[in-house]
Amino acid sequence: MEININEASSKECLAYFQAKLDEEAWEAKKAGKLVCWSASVAPPEFCVAMDIAMVYPETHAAGAGARKASQDLLDVAHSKGYNIDICSYARTNLGYMELLKQEAMTGEKPEKLATSKAAYVPLPDLVITCNNICNTLLKWYENLAKELNIPCIIIDVPFNHTMPVARHNKEYIADQYRAAIKQLEDITGRAFDYDKFLKVQEQVQRSVYWWNKVATYAFRKPSPLNGFDLFNYMALIVCARARDYAEITFHKFADELEAKDAAGQYAFGAAENEKHRVTWEGIAVWTYLGATFKGLKNVGSVMTGSAYPGLWSLVYTPGDLESMAEAYTNVYINTCGSNRYEEFYKVVSNSKSDGMVLHLNRSCKLMGLLNNEGAEYVNAKMGIPFVSFDGDQTDPNVFSQAQYETRVQALSEMMDNNK
Amino acid sequence: MRTVEEIIAELKAIADDPKKAMEDYKKETGKGAVGIMPVYCPEEIVHASGYLPMGMWGAQKKAISKARTYLPPFACSVMQSVMELQLEGVYDNLEAVIFSVPCDTLKCMSQKWHGKAPVITFTHPQNRKIAKDAANVFAREEFKLVKEKLEDILDVRISNRAIKNSIAIYNENRAVCREFSDVAAEYAAVIKPSDRHAVLKARWFMEKSKHTALVKELIAAITATPAPEYKGKKVVVSGILVEPYDVLDIFAENGLAIVADDLAQETRNFRQDVPEDDDPLMALAKAWNEFDGCSLATDANKPKGQMLIDAVNKYGADAVIVCMMKFCDPEEFDYPILIQEFEAAGVRNLQIEIDQESTAFEQVKTRIQTFAEIL
Repeated sequence: MEININEASSKECLAYFQAKLDEEAWEAKKAGKLVCWSASVAPPEFCVAMDIAMVYPETHAAGAGARKASQDLLDVAHSKGYNIDICSYARTNLGYMELLKQEAMTGEKPEKLATSKAAYVPLPDLVITCNNICNTLLKWYENLAKELNIPCIIIDVPFNHTMPVARHNKEYIADQYRAAIKQLEDITGRAFDYDKFLKVQEQVQRSVYWWNKVATYAFRKPSPLNGFDLFNYMALIVCARARDYAEITFHKFADELEAKDAAGQYAFGAAENEKHRVTWEGIAVWTYLGATFKGLKNVGSVMTGSAYPGLWSLVYTPGDLESMAEAYTNVYINTCGSNRYEEFYKVVSNSKSDGMVLHLNRSCKLMGLLNNEGAEYVNAKMGIPFVSFDGDQTDPNVFSQAQYETRVQALSEMMDNNK
Repeated sequence: MRTVEEIIAELKAIADDPKKAMEDYKKETGKGAVGIMPVYCPEEIVHASGYLPMGMWGAQKKAISKARTYLPPFACSVMQSVMELQLEGVYDNLEAVIFSVPCDTLKCMSQKWHGKAPVITFTHPQNRKIAKDAANVFAREEFKLVKEKLEDILDVRISNRAIKNSIAIYNENRAVCREFSDVAAEYAAVIKPSDRHAVLKARWFMEKSKHTALVKELIAAITATPAPEYKGKKVVVSGILVEPYDVLDIFAENGLAIVADDLAQETRNFRQDVPEDDDPLMALAKAWNEFDGCSLATDANKPKGQMLIDAVNKYGADAVIVCMMKFCDPEEFDYPILIQEFEAAGVRNLQIEIDQESTAFEQVKTRIQTFAEIL
């Protein structure tokens, strides 16, 4: 599929570039180039500088979940011994990896792979992981490396139990960047391309700039941005921030939002349809994305705040490894409670939210186990209510639509009473 | 000379009543205790302060109610229990509590402490093999922070010399624990799985040189007579911990002796010594980065399976029993790799679920009974 980028909408660009990234990974594979599977907030700068094609299992799993294709993959993982309590992104991906592995070993596509609605991506030649959003990513990528007998690049960003980020923490991460460069030189048999590395870093900064810019449209009241759209566009800040694909798409999206605002068009159409503004804490329920959106829309609640898209607000100075180290470790869920709650408060207050919806995500302990503490902190400062619901990012068996709707309706009533 | 039963009874009494152990220590030394959350705290630094490092491993068969307000049901069993105890004020007499954060649940637990004692949190580096030198420097810096915060809270100075001395005491204790584990395997007819556990658990609540002395006395008492013939089967256990005692009794009832363990509460703490180094904090840092075979210590080579297979061969064991801590995702991630490796090596294996809160054990009983029959 080819499109005219200049004329295309941001939504068309999003679909186009997502498909293109998968195609490029296959082309790389066929051309004998390397393919790397990467954690979503691991730095892509090193691999992209070395012309390695990137594939992102979390985004792939989220896509599988949104297309109702995760259950088959979860079943494969379960049959291999993966407990149903493990993160469903990991299980979806490890199930998918198993099917690809079977295909590679037998030359035949297993039925579940042939019929899967999940995007078809190639097996990796190496993996890169980073634990700034959870230590689960360390265990998951250990298993990928072991199962496929391939190299694993680890960028360990230690939990910041005190803030600001300590000097020895930044130095440790910068030293690992140097170790990763050496590892890549060994894997590729080529000298590291420092010139291209700098260009890639600069590209990441431009992508991040436009990503952050898009998020600011939800600060306007009424909001021209429907916050759920960030969940969709997130695919490119994850998978293409080191390319101009993300920058092009987000720039267009920002322009569209500016035009929408100027025309008096908002997230739910007319301004009066925005009855409440809410912050959503946690990962999306990909398997019920439409249902979770409609549940809020039905009571006139626009999602204007979410800390989750801000995980990719990776602002640093190109050419400065310690600055880059700080950006990758300074992710709010990788910091102590006091900093984490304050960052959450900034999201809620900047988005002018009237309430908070907390996703108690069974797959994500790090995002879930301090939900209440964060919400209570904000409640003490702003006096706004919150509700929590049980869900999961890609395991469809955990979410209960009835519970969700009851909770968001209750929140709506509390927000009404608060006015 | 005391009998084996008498010495085990003393150790079991300590393992079962940490509060009394702490009070006894305070009476004797005038100093209190510092809580050590699982896992792999460089306890030697606390020991060097003169305060008692006190393990915090939850409680057996503790009903969970208050903790439900602060933790969802999918947090692991030990942390549910620790949360319940802290809300009950059980830890309020501790001078400080030290948290490591090698899993996502522990990161959160370290930030939602409800006890009165101040919390010290440190982070283990996880890029321990490829970036070993950098990881050593980072770990040393974290341990230095632990030392400085302890000095501040306890109002003491912890010298390098004192830490070196404590490392020597701990290494001697590690050696004697390894020896005990081997003796328990040889005397499987004498040492029940629950006895073995009590002896090794008591080390969490005792000044280590005292534990060493008691275990030495125990080894001498056990080996004073030749090992009687053991007619049952032998197993190696792996996991975070094996509790409550009821589970260990099911092993014994079905003729299974534990001849080696790979538990975060037991052998993983004394499998390796802390290496020699002029700088004792660097020695402790190196010990962490050299440490292998735990789900919480990242290593893309995943050596645990081979380590367990080696243990099976060394001790002539009949099987491995993986004791899976409920909702412990790091351990759950290792399991699919382990079973592939066991199968390839022809090692028979079983998985049972460990839940400290449990009071009914029929499922574990049925699984172990059936497994014991086929061995």
